[in-house]
Amino acid sequence: MTTAPPLPNVDTELALPAGAEPVARSNWQLFRRRFFRHKLALISIVVLLFLIVVCFGAKWIAPYPKNQTNLLITPGGPSAKHWFGTNGVGQDMLTQVLYGGQISLKIGLAVAFFSTIVGVFVGALAGFYRGWLDQGLSRLVDLFLIVPELAIVGIAIQRLGATDTSFIIVLAALGWMYIARVVRGQVLSIREKEFVEAARASGASTPRIIVRHILPNCIGPIMVNATLAIAAAVIFEATLTYLGLGLQPPATSWGILLNQAESAVTSTSQFYLVFFPGLFLVVTVLCVNFLGDGLRDAFDPQSEH
Amino acid sequence: MDDLGLPGLDTGVNVGAAAAERAARKDLPVLSVRGLSVEFPTDDGLVHAVDDMSFDVYPSETLGIVGESGSGKSVTSMAILGLLPKTARITGEVQFGGKNLVSLSPKELQPLRGSKIAMVFQDALAALNPVFPVGNQIGEAISVHEKLDKDVLSERVVDLLDLVGIPQPRDRANQYPHEFSGGMRQRAMIAMAIANDPEVLIADEPTTALDVTIQAQVLDVFERIQDRTKTAIMLITHDLGVVAGVADRVMVMYAGRQVELGTVDEVFYKPTHPYTRGLLASLPRLDRRYENERLYRITGQPPSLIFLPSGCAFHPRCPYADLNGVCVTDRPELREVGDKGQLSACHFAETLDEREPVPQ
Repeated sequence: MTTAPPLPNVDTELALPAGAEPVARSNWQLFRRRFFRHKLALISIVVLLFLIVVCFGAKWIAPYPKNQTNLLITPGGPSAKHWFGTNGVGQDMLTQVLYGGQISLKIGLAVAFFSTIVGVFVGALAGFYRGWLDQGLSRLVDLFLIVPELAIVGIAIQRLGATDTSFIIVLAALGWMYIARVVRGQVLSIREKEFVEAARASGASTPRIIVRHILPNCIGPIMVNATLAIAAAVIFEATLTYLGLGLQPPATSWGILLNQAESAVTSTSQFYLVFFPGLFLVVTVLCVNFLGDGLRDAFDPQSEH
Repeated sequence: MDDLGLPGLDTGVNVGAAAAERAARKDLPVLSVRGLSVEFPTDDGLVHAVDDMSFDVYPSETLGIVGESGSGKSVTSMAILGLLPKTARITGEVQFGGKNLVSLSPKELQPLRGSKIAMVFQDALAALNPVFPVGNQIGEAISVHEKLDKDVLSERVVDLLDLVGIPQPRDRANQYPHEFSGGMRQRAMIAMAIANDPEVLIADEPTTALDVTIQAQVLDVFERIQDRTKTAIMLITHDLGVVAGVADRVMVMYAGRQVELGTVDEVFYKPTHPYTRGLLASLPRLDRRYENERLYRITGQPPSLIFLPSGCAFHPRCPYADLNGVCVTDRPELREVGDKGQLSACHFAETLDEREPVPQ
């Protein structure tokens, strides 16, 4: 055996060359990495952004003005002039689907936004203060969960008028409970963590503890449920409108387009009248759900595939 | 409470020599605990977690508080900061800055917490918020009490991290707790606790979760801080070695009560309570040879805090106890033993050496 080579000097010889220091990876970077690994979610977010851009940019993108009828043309299937075909009164379906998307997406996003705010507020209060406040708020959640949604929304829309604003109000009023429940559960467990006590020991007030220390730890479940709320609201609006309880023309949404197409489809084979609005609806809901899946995985540090 | 003869009481009555010395230096305690008791009502009965505690903490000193699990060390510190659950019944006084902390509302306590009295927790990983960079959290601890410019704040954070000996503090400030090693996390916790130059720093088992070399580094940080500021440190631990190393005075607790209080030298070289003797005897020593013998142990279990033994709570486990007399019938009060201000709660504190220990 030859003599072992001298050990390297730890300080000088083993020092890393400049620029080779280990890079700290922030939670955000880790989050991004995990999210990007979820290919479906990645595609979904691209598709969703595309839908949002084309729908809200309909004014500039749509080939024809909104609701413009042209009784001179025969209703027909997809063609070079009318990609999605035309309906019975000669409206260009592509135009209608894009403008319809404005309302449907607006309702979906706004309902998710407001129900998340209400849900987080209620859930955080119930989970943090526990006791009678929790009892009261939890029973309120239960109450809202057992009401027959479809009937209530139908009646409320008739009362408030069938506008997109009233849809947003009613659907948000009936959609916050799911997030409230999730947040309550999260807060209940996080409030017992030692860092909450440490924050208290460092003099933080209760609101500060909730907002600055506890809620940031619930961001994952909140985001996931918010995306699911988008899908739920879009579907709910479409369902109600399809049943004739929701928005009425001249307003246009994917639900209205489906509602108008119903008679046409049963009598003739104008599949495209149902197909395109339905496709947009399904794609939106699907993408939102995939996005939720991706977020769930990305927010969960243990989901390393 | 004055008849306890606690050092540092400025009544001038019945003060020990050490206290007299302090009085001569005009050292006033920064924190005075008097007759503090904490009880928790439970379904099984009233838990006497802390019973009639009285002690002072002086500027620049480190007071070690030792005792086994459940002896009331942590509850005492939580009571000082008002962090106990609402069910706790707290009586007695905690005098700090002219106020009785026990009688303050949570709103009145809030500005004191973290700025005047700060706390270092045992498990730094649990006590740091996992979703924020460490620097953020230290900054947050400052901005709770003081509105600072963003740049000034981040400079201060970097300085603090540097002070507690974290290398490359500027980069480290942007890292998350899980990217820190155990020792660095604990140091970051300390940085957070001293961020507002507190007058009293309560460290609840700050080194228990760390290995010995890291322990030494963390304890070194405490000493450096104390050199800079006049912070008084209450060091809660069950590690007598740590106490011997860094504390100036030691308080030994058993079953929610103080059993002995004195300077480290007094308590370690001349313990006047059988429980302290037992603790010290159960430590393995480097200067002794052990030939096939077991380490000393205190027999039995710590008592239930609901049904405390009569008389002295330690008598069922005490080798010196007079089981037919005063130890079973009378509760020993904490009193001065000798003339150096050492306090002991044992009926036989002065004559322990003359008593024959009963092997148990």
